[in-house]
Amino acid sequence: MALTFTDVTCGYAAGTVMAVRALDSVSLSVEPGELVLVLGPTGSGKTTLLRAAAGLLAPSAGTVEADGVAVAGAGTVRGTVGMLFQRPESQFFALTVEDDCAFGPRNLGRSVDEARSDVRDALAQVGLDADVFGPREPWTLSGGEARRAALAGTLAMRPRYLLLDEPTAGLDAAGRDAVRSVIESVRARAGVVVVTHDPDILLQRADHVLVLQEGCAAFYGGVAELMASLRGLIARGAAEPPEVARTLLLAQARAGREGSAPSLDVGAAASAIAGLYAESRGPR
Amino acid sequence: MRSMSGLGQYVPADSPLHRLDAAAKIGLVAALTVGLFMAKGLGGLVAIALAVLAAIAVSRVPARAVARGLVAVSFIVVFTLVANSIAWEPVTALFRVGPLGVTEKGLMTGLFFAVRILVLVVGTTLLTLTTSPVRLSGGLERVMRPLQWLRVPVGDLAMTLTIALRFIPTTAEEAERIVMAQQARGAVFDKGGPIRRARAYAPVLVPLFFQLFRRADALATAMEARCYRGTEGRTRMNEEHMRGIDWLVMVGVSAVLLSSGWFL
Amino acid sequence: MLSFIDVSFAYAPGAALALDEVSLTLEPGQVLVVVGANGSGKSTLARLCDGLLTPSSGGVLVDGLDTSAESSVWDVRVKVGMVFQDPDDQIVGTTVDEDCAFGPENLGLPSPEIVARVAAALGTAGLTGLERREPHLLSEGQKQRLAIAGALAMEPWYLVFDEPTAMLDPAGRRSAMSVIARLAHERGHGVLLVSHDAADVAAADRALALSAGRIVFDGRPQDLLSDAELLATCGLDTGSMGELGDALRALGLPVPVTALEAESVVDSLWR
Repeated sequence: MALTFTDVTCGYAAGTVMAVRALDSVSLSVEPGELVLVLGPTGSGKTTLLRAAAGLLAPSAGTVEADGVAVAGAGTVRGTVGMLFQRPESQFFALTVEDDCAFGPRNLGRSVDEARSDVRDALAQVGLDADVFGPREPWTLSGGEARRAALAGTLAMRPRYLLLDEPTAGLDAAGRDAVRSVIESVRARAGVVVVTHDPDILLQRADHVLVLQEGCAAFYGGVAELMASLRGLIARGAAEPPEVARTLLLAQARAGREGSAPSLDVGAAASAIAGLYAESRGPR
Repeated sequence: MRSMSGLGQYVPADSPLHRLDAAAKIGLVAALTVGLFMAKGLGGLVAIALAVLAAIAVSRVPARAVARGLVAVSFIVVFTLVANSIAWEPVTALFRVGPLGVTEKGLMTGLFFAVRILVLVVGTTLLTLTTSPVRLSGGLERVMRPLQWLRVPVGDLAMTLTIALRFIPTTAEEAERIVMAQQARGAVFDKGGPIRRARAYAPVLVPLFFQLFRRADALATAMEARCYRGTEGRTRMNEEHMRGIDWLVMVGVSAVLLSSGWFL
Repeated sequence: MLSFIDVSFAYAPGAALALDEVSLTLEPGQVLVVVGANGSGKSTLARLCDGLLTPSSGGVLVDGLDTSAESSVWDVRVKVGMVFQDPDDQIVGTTVDEDCAFGPENLGLPSPEIVARVAAALGTAGLTGLERREPHLLSEGQKQRLAIAGALAMEPWYLVFDEPTAMLDPAGRRSAMSVIARLAHERGHGVLLVSHDAADVAAADRALALSAGRIVFDGRPQDLLSDAELLATCGLDTGSMGELGDALRALGLPVPVTALEAESVVDSLWR
């Protein structure tokens, strides 16, 4: 049981002068319970990957499968794969949060009562009281609340795989924390793929990381391996290290020492930097 | 993924037609229209069509781009041709299909009307192909300027047009995003009869319009912050002015078009 | 000098005060960062700077001009340039140079002067060479720099930025902030930056924190960054770099509280 990409290539305008390969032979796999991060600069293919996973885009080569079923068009994965786009709060259309969140379940054929119950559960899951927020008009919600309400709209469909495009973008610290805790709780039952520019805290909790560079997979593997390969990735321009790791790398460069591979652990980085500092001061 | 101009059909190039003043081109389109509708026989039509073909050649715009502009009216053109050509149980016919027959007279009439539409559309398409949106709205504003005496808010209309043009690609992208987002929630847009399909678009149109109104409000604030107080007293960085050559071309070619329609 | 004198503001008569007796001053050449949680009044404060909103009580003066006075508000808007969060909500022109020219055109300036100002503004914003580009083909960072150029073309003394990088990716954020950073110290503008980002606080000359419309802090950035409770009230998060700084200081290293980026940490240890 997994959502898998096998050598997937997605292109636009194939065969013409303007042909573009948004994704080039990319593979990845997500199982329920796992968190996969997809990193890379704008234009590296991250959004294309999510769209292909949701069945909104057909690959020109390779296969995308959800639980063994080939993903071909949004219809085949409705209910199995849930996707949340960037700034999803701009997509509210109903007069109440409850009605808007019920759109997904209703499209899956659930009855009004079943949908309402799904919505209540989903709202609870994102930390919004259904009695308080259900009847509210969607555009009266604050940034963080709206983001969570949009998330509830997708969770109400009970997807086995959840795809999130920049879920923490534009939120303040409290909002980001709220979204991260929702991701952790959803992860218990579903496989989660998060595309993000801000891997900061999520990186520590991820199972796998895919780094895209111009549509190709520059790296795919676990977090520890990512940190070990970090220098190489930076040299190829494929990755921007998290700021803490970058500080250690910069310190090593300044002190003229090649150190061990950077890790995400702040304490370890601090010790390493302190060590370099002490060495530089040296016994005089 | 849009590396082509999103603002309609404008194809940048350096040709005499591109360099011609936008207002002159608008005047020519007006003359073209009048000439076409004055023409009573095939002679005038052919003469004008030749003039338009010459313009295409001068414009250095690829034929493909011109053809693309015709796709939208192809249905009307074919319909016009067919509707005029056929008659119910005509006396003489070129060929028949059941009770319907294609008459020679009908065919000629159909061809006339169809070609007229084609020439008109090609002419207008040439205007948008060779004139950038900013020059086009500037040209329209100058052409409409006399209407100010009738209290028509010409400057405001031109500003509205420019802003609308600027937001066409942005709004199209926004709409596409919303469609995909709702599809991801199971919305289906391509099934059912016209009424069902129209209703299916409510979850797209509502947020889109909401965004548009919100954006209009924010844009108005931003414009005020840049001292926009209406179009009186505004200057332009790139104001076009009719040069001698522009007048010459406009008057000369208009004369050709109009006389072709009148005499031929 | 741009100053707020006991400014209070409510969006409707009888409604709750969005700003409550706020006083501040901004001098040319200074960067003042304004922080606070959502709903604290930051955006309201920004809009009061150039007369888009006028105080319910108290006054906002820009080089002696009163923003509430009909006769002077347009002069205020020349002196105070504003840049908002969403670049698409600010770009009006069909090409980069046309949009940059919008402000000077509104001022009725002669065409050659507009051309010169546009060239200068685009140069400062790093957009030279993109003059004929259509806005929807720009990256988000480029669009926001265009919005900044549009404000600069009016030749303002003061620049007010309302969360200018909130909608940008890290690359866009860096390019926009590098332009903003130079505006105060190199070009002498007075810069007021409304932000959610602790790193912006670190880079400023002064910091102002709002909570429920009242000023709860007005002083040096390092003092704000050292106050964990205050940071929480303002919805600010120093993130893992803040943790790194704390850990290094705990080990006795002389890393200042304002060092929230790799360069500043390393520079403080290895000159």
